[in-house]
Amino acid sequence: MLAKDIIKPENLVYQKTKLMTDNVLSYCPGCGHGTAHRITMEVLEEMGIGDETIGVAPVGCSVLAYEFMNIDMQQAAHGRAPAVATGIKRCYPEKFVFTYQGDGDLAAIGTAETIHACNRGENITIIFVNNGIYGMTGGQMAPTTLPGMRSSTSPYGRDVNLMGNPLKMTELVAQLPGTSFVSRQAVHTPKHVRKAKKAIRQAFELQKQKKGTTFVEIVSNCNSGWKMTPVQANQWMEENMFPFYPLGDIKVPE
Amino acid sequence: MAKVKGAIVIDYEKCKGCVICVAACPTSVIEMAKEVNSKGYNYAYPANIEECTGCNNCAIVCPDGVITVYRAKVEA
Amino acid sequence: MARELKLMKGNEAIAEAAIRAGADAYFGYPITPQSEVIEYLMAEKPHERTGKVVLQAESEVAAINMVYGAAGAGKRVWTSSSSPGISLKQEGISYIAGAELPCVILNVVRGGPGLGTIQPSQADYFQSVKGGGHGDYRLIVLAPSSVQEMADYVVDAFDLAFKYRNPVLILSDGVIGQMMEKVYLIEQRPRLTDEEIKQRYAWATTGKKDGTERRVITSLALKADEMEAHNIHLQKKYAEIEANEVRFEEFQCDDAEYVFVAYGSSARVCQKAVQLARNKGIKAGLLRLITLFPFPKAEIGRLTGQVKGMLAVEMSSGQMIEDVKLAVNGRIKAEHFGRFGGNIPTPDEVLYALETQIIGG
Repeated sequence: MLAKDIIKPENLVYQKTKLMTDNVLSYCPGCGHGTAHRITMEVLEEMGIGDETIGVAPVGCSVLAYEFMNIDMQQAAHGRAPAVATGIKRCYPEKFVFTYQGDGDLAAIGTAETIHACNRGENITIIFVNNGIYGMTGGQMAPTTLPGMRSSTSPYGRDVNLMGNPLKMTELVAQLPGTSFVSRQAVHTPKHVRKAKKAIRQAFELQKQKKGTTFVEIVSNCNSGWKMTPVQANQWMEENMFPFYPLGDIKVPE
Repeated sequence: MAKVKGAIVIDYEKCKGCVICVAACPTSVIEMAKEVNSKGYNYAYPANIEECTGCNNCAIVCPDGVITVYRAKVEA
Repeated sequence: MARELKLMKGNEAIAEAAIRAGADAYFGYPITPQSEVIEYLMAEKPHERTGKVVLQAESEVAAINMVYGAAGAGKRVWTSSSSPGISLKQEGISYIAGAELPCVILNVVRGGPGLGTIQPSQADYFQSVKGGGHGDYRLIVLAPSSVQEMADYVVDAFDLAFKYRNPVLILSDGVIGQMMEKVYLIEQRPRLTDEEIKQRYAWATTGKKDGTERRVITSLALKADEMEAHNIHLQKKYAEIEANEVRFEEFQCDDAEYVFVAYGSSARVCQKAVQLARNKGIKAGLLRLITLFPFPKAEIGRLTGQVKGMLAVEMSSGQMIEDVKLAVNGRIKAEHFGRFGGNIPTPDEVLYALETQIIGG
């Protein structure tokens, strides 16, 4: 049987979800943002809640997330997405609300908004993409940059005595009574994508049950900022990021 | 005995040539083209399509969502 | 129908009036001299009375961004603070103006700069009418001068905010916020249902409707041409507001030879100063500004054909005077008199300033 005989509508097993627009993603080749966007939208599609969901985009590389996610979206000021999401969700407790934030947005300028939204147990889902660097502004040090890791503002490596230590926001919010599900995942291999999607699904299912804040970190790459090829970046991430940011569920409902 | 055969369609114009799908394919179906698309990327293409099992791996790791997957049962 | 009469603080009156105006949500953070707003709301349990959401945020920054989120979803939402807290909200206010969202912001002004003082002031005029945050935007600014007007203007503010999809600032001060007066309250208006919001506000992100384009709330336009076009659109809207929404009140201006120009609690002081002046045979009047943006340029221009001089009286070192002088355009004498840093001018001081700076000056 030839490929052209297989490529027929009745044999279709996977295509891009309709909850992603046809706009060409603004991300660099190999960037995990695209995959993280897509699996989030796949979860909404599979749950049938795309029409009842309002997403909040951050400042950073994913500032244009609303160009790609084919649902109602609001673009928030830098770091303020959890506050914006709080405003929406408090007024529409039956709708689904999520934020999609990078590490600069969530773990530096938006630390207060993140911690307090989680501590209040706002019934929202926070998707946190952590690539240890400020990608949008050109590869500066992030709160999550690893010790010794080079960036344009730590050109000789992050000196923790001088620049402070990386912040593990995910472990931090797991301490708070307001969070019900806190997980750390990755999206660079098929196996990891499947697990990450499962975690995002669980986060939205718990939001449906009004279980408080659900928080999924995705440890991702930044091949442009790290100055590597996408494949090298994924390997570097496995060797360096995962030991510091171990994958798996950190907090699950009892 | 019935055997599963797959096929993929890649939107070459939207492919950014990141190569992640090549590493994800268990049967080495995908290779990078020597030609470039209109954005200047060496795009991925199914060089050995007869080996495709329709496992979805390439499509679900593709950051740009440019791969569509088909699968059919064929009699051996 | 007889309206309910109560004795209330300005801060309480505006909180009660907002509930009755059908507000959907309030997000705030305590700061003197306006903490009674959120205290009153929490005590009144509007979530039980009308379903209105009240939430104490972790900061003014968070509060204004909660306002952004709720406003972007079509809700009638407001916040309040005092000067240092309003400074913190400026980022969010700029985003709200840029994204064209309706909301109401109350500033019960205290003396500054910096941490300043907790006493009343009008030194946030520039911040209110000239920008405050970044970018070319305008707020509609209403200045109440009594407890009754705190209650009345919040109702008008919501109507204006939705009419123009623009944030409306109520510029009050520590005098009006803290003092008690009688206030007539309106009947409770019903809040809009989610379905009504969806029907009425097509732009609101309430969840994508089947078969329609998704809605996006944003102030971002990466292409300069798009950003310029958006700015031109905003400027057209502001021009429309300037043409339609100027509000002021005149007190004994018909035969006046001199007028005080003032707003808020300064206008109350000036009203007494008019009486004192008239007792001495000086034909004084008062132009009390209700909207600071739009500024009543035309009325000031008209008065320059009638009066000999104007005294702008403000609890600041001279901010509104700049707009008065622009409107006067050199045709007559216009000067500033102010007490500031938390001090309130007396009617005698104001009259003396008129006599020395304008009449004898």
